[in-house]
Amino acid sequence: MKYQSIFRELNIKKQCDKYGVPLWQCPQFLFLIMGIMVIITAIATYYIGTKYIFDPRLVAFIVLIISTILFVIGFIISQSFERLAEANKIKSEFISIVSHQLRTPLSNLGWAIEVLMSGKLGKTDLQQFEYFVILRENIVRMNELIKDLLMVSRIQTQTLFFSKKEFSLVDLVQELIQDFKVIAQASNVRVIFNQSKNIPLIFADQFKIRQVIGNLLDNAIRYTQDKGEIKIKIEVQGNRVYFAIQDNGVGIPKEEQKYIFQRFFRADNVMKYQTQGSGLGLYIAKSIIDKSGGKIGFTSQEGHGSTFWFTAPILKTKV
Amino acid sequence: MKKILIIEDESALQKSLSDVLSQDGYHVNSALDGETGFKLAQSEKPDLVLLDLVLPKLHGLEVLKKIRENIETKKIPVVILTNLESMQDIEKTMELGATNYLIKANYSLKDLLIKIKEILGE
Repeated sequence: MKYQSIFRELNIKKQCDKYGVPLWQCPQFLFLIMGIMVIITAIATYYIGTKYIFDPRLVAFIVLIISTILFVIGFIISQSFERLAEANKIKSEFISIVSHQLRTPLSNLGWAIEVLMSGKLGKTDLQQFEYFVILRENIVRMNELIKDLLMVSRIQTQTLFFSKKEFSLVDLVQELIQDFKVIAQASNVRVIFNQSKNIPLIFADQFKIRQVIGNLLDNAIRYTQDKGEIKIKIEVQGNRVYFAIQDNGVGIPKEEQKYIFQRFFRADNVMKYQTQGSGLGLYIAKSIIDKSGGKIGFTSQEGHGSTFWFTAPILKTKV
Repeated sequence: MKKILIIEDESALQKSLSDVLSQDGYHVNSALDGETGFKLAQSEKPDLVLLDLVLPKLHGLEVLKKIRENIETKKIPVVILTNLESMQDIEKTMELGATNYLIKANYSLKDLLIKIKEILGE
């Protein structure tokens, strides 16, 4: 058992997985690299020393001093990284726990309001009903936010599970356009779908790709002002299916474009039009597409609109 | 009249769910903890059990296990109704023989009622 625990400690990949950070940001990995660097530096100093300094004690002393300094610096750096990684892990766990705890009272509220709105406990007049609708809409909003926070927490802790299968992206887009029809009409935005013929099935997690397109479509409608037009196109590019959604909305300022896929980022200009939004949708979309073996990107011009695109694999790919 | 047993420790959720089910013509029994829930499953032999996972006295997974091990209750459909949605929880309940796994936050009472009717084959 003791040996097993030693081997567990030596399994750097496993140790790093618990922090949910890439290998190059993992404290244990960095410490290993630092150790290798100390050894190389010690050997190099020894060879240089023996070539140019004739007193072996002085050479040994120099090697010892340089190695110690490097080791101490390395130790301090990796310790700070470990603290950061630990804080990151605690934050993700915190988001997950808080989100779960928030969901139960929200379900309570949602179901109770539904019973009241059903009219089975007595008639509600129009004004009361309108207030119930406000309550219900806000519960839905909070639920969506919690869902996004849970998703972010899973992305960060690398516990996001993908259940991949072959499905039609065209059918999925048609379904989503139907789902967003009322919102698009209410915002006076027209959604046009141009599809090439014979689009093959893609191999991905349908539920998650649905979330990606839902986020992109929601953004396009949200940030397009009156009499807007959204064009969706799907075509084949090599062994991938290419999806693009173009709007003539507010666009993204050039200097802010590099932050667009970051968590909680919302561009300055959109805050003028829409104060709602968590700034998590595009971060989640990028994480899902990256994990699905595809690519995601955009082009945008402030005041003229944006085009967001992604690709998804047709053939089975191991990710 | 079909019988439904709700094992749910949140009294508000239990109330709204049981009100809606009763209004729809079901005979509803409810328990606020796992231990009472299992006893009711044995004595009432409902047509369907709606089971939460985080429960006092006996965890939902234990309740499910006991229901499946007991000769009188093992064939009763058990729907997990929870706000936990980790793959681990889903896999565990499916291994233990849950009929379905539903996330409360994803369901309105109306949709839940449709789902229940579907499971009961109505």
